[in-house]
Amino acid sequence: MWLVDLGAHVLEKVQALGRAALMLVGAIVVVPQPKKNLPLVIKQIYVVGVQSLLIIIVSGLFIGMVMALQGYTILVDYGAEDSLGPMVALSLLRELGPVVTALLFAGRAGSALTAEIGLMKATEQLSSLEMMAIDPLRRVIAPRFWAGIISMPMLAILFSTVGILGGHLVGVDWLGVDSGSYWSIMQATVELDVDVLNGVIKSIVFAVVVTWIAVFKGYDCLPTSEGISKATTETVVHASLAVLGLDFILTALMFGME
Amino acid sequence: MENLVEINNLTFSRGERIIYQDISMQIPKGKTTAIMGPSGIGKTTMLRLIGGQLKPDEGDILFKGESIPSKSRADLYVARRSMSMLFQSGALFTDMSVFDNVAYPLREHTKLSESLIRLVVLMKLQAVGLRGAAQHMPVELSGGMARRAALARAIALDPELIMYDEPFAGQDPISMGVLVKLIKELNDALNLTSLIVTHDVDEVMSIADHVYIIADKRVIGAGSPEEITQSDSPLVQQFLKGQADGPVPFHFPASTIKEDFMGSHQ
Repeated sequence: MWLVDLGAHVLEKVQALGRAALMLVGAIVVVPQPKKNLPLVIKQIYVVGVQSLLIIIVSGLFIGMVMALQGYTILVDYGAEDSLGPMVALSLLRELGPVVTALLFAGRAGSALTAEIGLMKATEQLSSLEMMAIDPLRRVIAPRFWAGIISMPMLAILFSTVGILGGHLVGVDWLGVDSGSYWSIMQATVELDVDVLNGVIKSIVFAVVVTWIAVFKGYDCLPTSEGISKATTETVVHASLAVLGLDFILTALMFGME
Repeated sequence: MENLVEINNLTFSRGERIIYQDISMQIPKGKTTAIMGPSGIGKTTMLRLIGGQLKPDEGDILFKGESIPSKSRADLYVARRSMSMLFQSGALFTDMSVFDNVAYPLREHTKLSESLIRLVVLMKLQAVGLRGAAQHMPVELSGGMARRAALARAIALDPELIMYDEPFAGQDPISMGVLVKLIKELNDALNLTSLIVTHDVDEVMSIADHVYIIADKRVIGAGSPEEITQSDSPLVQQFLKGQADGPVPFHFPASTIKEDFMGSHQ
């Protein structure tokens, strides 16, 4: 019997994947109507992007500070505390910036997207759009999707920037690393077309995956209190796992072959 | 008499459960037709079938003589512009004011200037008595007002068919009276065809021209309110008079009492 259950489970997952793909295609493969859609996208960028600024900045600052503290205690044993700058900058740009931003984004904005769309479904707002001959994929799903993709890479860059400043605060201002070497060795080590660019590419991939999962879970949820609660949880869990899994694959492709 | 909507030998099921079996109905143009029946028999499903949100397993639904289930998505959207639906919850967009809610279909589907849209919206709101609440947000409205605001939105594009999903459910007597009056007036003034799905017998009997009673996957009674009242079907009579027991049994199907209470549950 377990084989039947397993088969049913797999089929259900594959079907959900198919529905998710159809939803995405329906939302983005359309004739662009910038006059109608641009204001919607901008509004959503405000909701998912601007309103996530505080958590991203505070987290970035603290992670940068902690990294400088931890890094210093290790590096100083080898007299290599001058390398604190590149250590902080590379960890943030390559890994922590994109990954932690994506995880925070999934928790802060992704869950909100799922709950909002789920409630719109439960309160028949999506149906009523359908009956007004307005495609909810275009007016509800697409603006939120694009807003996530535009916002997250910018948030990740901001996260890394604030983190590097936080590292400076602890490493230089508090622990006494030379400010000149913090910056100059960082400049000499970090490469724009490798470290920065790959970090941004990672962030764009995470943005697509996290926002896609978030809007799909809302769109596909069971329109009941229980269904929305389950969908919101699944958004955070699935998006976080997807980010961590993809991060390994992307890192292997980008930095593993050198 | 011309029919705006015709439902021909329709069968529809959800999973294993058959909702409708070979059902046929006609919705005459310009009239108010009511579909009544006990809760849970899929009355709302019928509206979704007519709107093309669900597809029947068998049979056909004609709207203005054209088959709804066989339409492409684009054609369906064209057809939907001449029909409109008032949802039970109102389904107002909670992030916009009442004014913007009513303006929404106009802004989407017409190229009218903002000043003209403003006039149309205020006229529609005036018709439902909510011109003064134009700048309110949906959360600030009472249930009855929300439904009236949604009604203003539903008539914004001057549809030919308007479908009401349980318009009287959960309303106080005053809002109920207001809604009954509105539905009747709109039907006459705008030359609409109205389709009301409800289980509030008295309200709908006072305004409907034609009534269908559905139970047990099929139509059990059809005709004018007078004909329905005089029907000798015990099922129809039980429904109209609200008797607790009758052909629709009080008890959900269960095993025998003896089995449950005296049985061998160790």
